[in-house]
Amino acid sequence: MKISKTAAYKTFTAPLVSANPIAVAVLGICSALAVTTQVLPSIVMMLAMTFVLASSNVVISLLRNYIPKNIRIIVELVVIASLVILADQLLKAFLYDVSKQLSVFVSLIVTNCIIMGRAEAFALGNGPWLSFWDGLGNGLGYGYILVVVSAFRELLGAGTLLGFQIVPDAAYAAGYVDMGLMVLAPGVFITIGLLVWLQNKWTGR
Amino acid sequence: MEALISLFIESVFINNILLALFLGMCTFLACSKNIFTAHKLGLAVIFVLSITVPTNWLINHFLLSPGALAWMGFPTVDLSFLHLVVFIATIAAMVQIVEMVMERYDPALHSSLGIFLPLIAVNCAILGTSLFMRERQYNFSESVVFGLGSGIGWYLAIVAMAAVLQKLRYADLPKGLDGFAINMITTGLIAMAFMAFAGIKLS
Repeated sequence: MKISKTAAYKTFTAPLVSANPIAVAVLGICSALAVTTQVLPSIVMMLAMTFVLASSNVVISLLRNYIPKNIRIIVELVVIASLVILADQLLKAFLYDVSKQLSVFVSLIVTNCIIMGRAEAFALGNGPWLSFWDGLGNGLGYGYILVVVSAFRELLGAGTLLGFQIVPDAAYAAGYVDMGLMVLAPGVFITIGLLVWLQNKWTGR
Repeated sequence: MEALISLFIESVFINNILLALFLGMCTFLACSKNIFTAHKLGLAVIFVLSITVPTNWLINHFLLSPGALAWMGFPTVDLSFLHLVVFIATIAAMVQIVEMVMERYDPALHSSLGIFLPLIAVNCAILGTSLFMRERQYNFSESVVFGLGSGIGWYLAIVAMAAVLQKLRYADLPKGLDGFAINMITTGLIAMAFMAFAGIKLS
């Protein structure tokens, strides 16, 4: 069987484009907006999110036959919160500067609706193997939007990408000025709005 | 006192929890179609925030922060890594208690808030405010003011957004721009308007 025909492959790729958690399903916007002033924190956020999403999907999927129906939300929250604490402690240990920059937004992964949404909609009804791929796909689908938005913001707002200067000095000498608005809050709203417009045009929705 | 008023103004206008810190966006986007719903949801958020932030401050100060358990005879215990789980449990429990008390003593208000109260438990504006309170090391009175101010700021933003969206319903937008995309751009413009408050200081 070709790899593109397997159920795991389909579960993995659907959230990347056609069922993207941010652009299509409008979930998990909060953190997407706050961390995207620079590319590096966005990449770290993407990794943290993918880690939490994939592992929470697997754990909840393994537990799905043992969780009583009416307390499932609390059980899910406890699983997610423990994983987020793990991710937070790892970041503090190995990437201290970025973790300071992300401040409370790593902790806020707990209330990110994507995670609860995937746990409720997918992990409770599917086996651990598929749930793992679903978590991975959703994490990356969420993450690449973050990276694209942050690339726009860092390039237009500070003239750099990942900290390296992209806009040449000659341009500044000729009178080019960084767009301060992109670094501030309104910039991100407008960037995401325009990107979603573009994606809607592209997918023909 | 002046510092507290200044903090209040700052959390309502300048560091607006929704427009500057991006917290509570999901609920904001889902419930801003109707100005009346937005108004009630906003009131519920003010209410829950002004209760949970001081409660979490007390828990954090007397149970979780390093050395906080000295009054129980454990001066070296540091439970601060637990703050996330404890905060979210407190919020869920507080929302539940508020809902039960309200149902008992003011059924009219309870039925008018309806589904929104339980929804608020997973609103990141609520958890985020508690986390910011902890990170910025506010004292108790500051945390009361911060919770109240953040709630009022969120209320103002969602009511403004709902009012704009009601007018926008008659606009003839290009296909693809309508819906989520134009909501984001509108929010951006509102955020820009709120930036005009930046720099206001009382003391």
